[in-house]
Amino acid sequence: MAIEARNVTKRFGDFLALDDVSISVESGSLTGLLGPSGSGKSTLLRVIAGLERPDAGAVFISGKEATAIAPQKRGVGFVFQHYAPFTHMTVRDNVAFGLTIRRRPKDEIDARVNELLELVQLTGLGKRYPSQLSGGQRQRMALARALAAEPELLLLDEPFGALDARVRKELREWLLRLHDEMHVTTIFVTHDQEEALEVADNVVVMNAGRVEQVAPPRELYDEPANPFVMSFVGPVNRLGEAWVRPHDIEISHVQNGVTQEAQVERIVRLGFEVRVDLVRDDGQRLHVQLTRNEAEVLELAPGDIVYVRTRRERTFSESAGPTRPALSSAS
Amino acid sequence: MIVRFGALGYLGAILVAPVSLIFWRAFEHGPHPFWAAISNATAVHALKLTLEITAISVPLNTGFGILCAVAIVRHRLPGMGFVNALVDLPLALSPVVVGLALYLLYGRGGWFGDLPFRVLFALPAMVLATIFVSLPFVVREVVPVLREIGTQQEEAAATLGASALTTFRRITLPAIRWAVAYGVVLTTARSLGEFGAVSIVSGGIAGRTQTLTQYVQASYENFDQTGAYAASVLLAMLAIATLLLITVVKRGDRSS
Repeated sequence: MAIEARNVTKRFGDFLALDDVSISVESGSLTGLLGPSGSGKSTLLRVIAGLERPDAGAVFISGKEATAIAPQKRGVGFVFQHYAPFTHMTVRDNVAFGLTIRRRPKDEIDARVNELLELVQLTGLGKRYPSQLSGGQRQRMALARALAAEPELLLLDEPFGALDARVRKELREWLLRLHDEMHVTTIFVTHDQEEALEVADNVVVMNAGRVEQVAPPRELYDEPANPFVMSFVGPVNRLGEAWVRPHDIEISHVQNGVTQEAQVERIVRLGFEVRVDLVRDDGQRLHVQLTRNEAEVLELAPGDIVYVRTRRERTFSESAGPTRPALSSAS
Repeated sequence: MIVRFGALGYLGAILVAPVSLIFWRAFEHGPHPFWAAISNATAVHALKLTLEITAISVPLNTGFGILCAVAIVRHRLPGMGFVNALVDLPLALSPVVVGLALYLLYGRGGWFGDLPFRVLFALPAMVLATIFVSLPFVVREVVPVLREIGTQQEEAAATLGASALTTFRRITLPAIRWAVAYGVVLTTARSLGEFGAVSIVSGGIAGRTQTLTQYVQASYENFDQTGAYAASVLLAMLAIATLLLITVVKRGDRSS
């Protein structure tokens, strides 16, 4: 089911949550809405679900105008940030809800619920209440509930936000597999750039109620449209007009024409990744990411004098709004 | 420690002692005088009348209370702040004033003075008075719970295809059921115990328009102290029974 939001504006009192936002989502795709809190990403998701009525603009579902259609009739599955479990119902009744209210035959409901509980790995927990589940289990229950009535569009609001790092990672992979199997058009909201880049096949970056860039993960990372996207999708060094990723700085013990002298200040080893903080001779601080192998070859220690150069940097024109990025490479 | 004993001591002196004394006096000479006092025709009629008034008032106030709470919390319509404040009026107003107001409204020369059926000194006025004084309890219990549960479960039900009515019946109502239950207990207790407003509009004719509280007063004034104590104990037991019933039912509920 293809989704399009056209010039959507939404205010809450004085707060402009969505400022003339337009996006289009291809049928069957997995799209991430990425942005800091207050950027409007959840509001956009809620407008698509019909839970908020936009002040201006329109929403099209499968090419048909749906702005005024009630959420009940949109055929969407929505997973809320805190899962919104029906606390007084068992897991089974929660998952069955969408089918029960449609008065499907009991056998059919039972079969479908069993299938879904198995899919989300909650078989055997059907008789529990949501309060007796862990965060990750509650999350999977919410997913099963949203999928029960076979929605053509799955919307997830910060689906992994409230979970610990390990469970998040598992669920992310699981969501990817699920999407590959079911091919239901999926839009999820996240403030975690790693999550967006890993899971989505198309990412919408939002900031202050506006869309900053829409691109596949790789393009977003390599060719950010503006400084906001550049710094939001990954760590960055700002060197005057240029923006450089920490892994695009090369450290060497040998001086040549383009290198600059710098002193090692701090080294942090995070398994595979080694982070080096440097101070250049002109006082500029640099954060550098090395692989463990690179770091081992260099044998760095705090206080060492080294020579650095940037492999790749980006500059953006000063004017605000969508800018034409210029990609330059320091040689 | 001091706070705890202070609180217990205060409750003991202010609440427990007087109520215990009533029980003690009612059963001072065993169960027989108690039974005799509450089984005479006037007392039985007063009890029936009180239960009848309660049985009409409580469901009406429960239905209204739930609707009113939903309107206050979920629909931010203009004027809802005023409604919210208005609901507390019965708590602020003395029941005697309420009784008098009804008397003026339905009495001879009042706005509704010549209705085709009898209101004043009959069941309708007594029910109206009771509804008035017991109106806030369900609303006051339900409003904070509705605020606390938020709208997410209701929104989730909507995205799953549930109509507004289905969502209310299957999601909202079960979520607020204990608040409603406590509201019902308070409304019931208030309805059973109402005296001031009802005594003005009822006429208090023994065996006809005399409620149990009025029976207590009449017995006391006629030096029938056993009768007064016995009826008081009956009133107290009815209220305690509703509270116990709720507690027992709630204990059997796993999901709360």
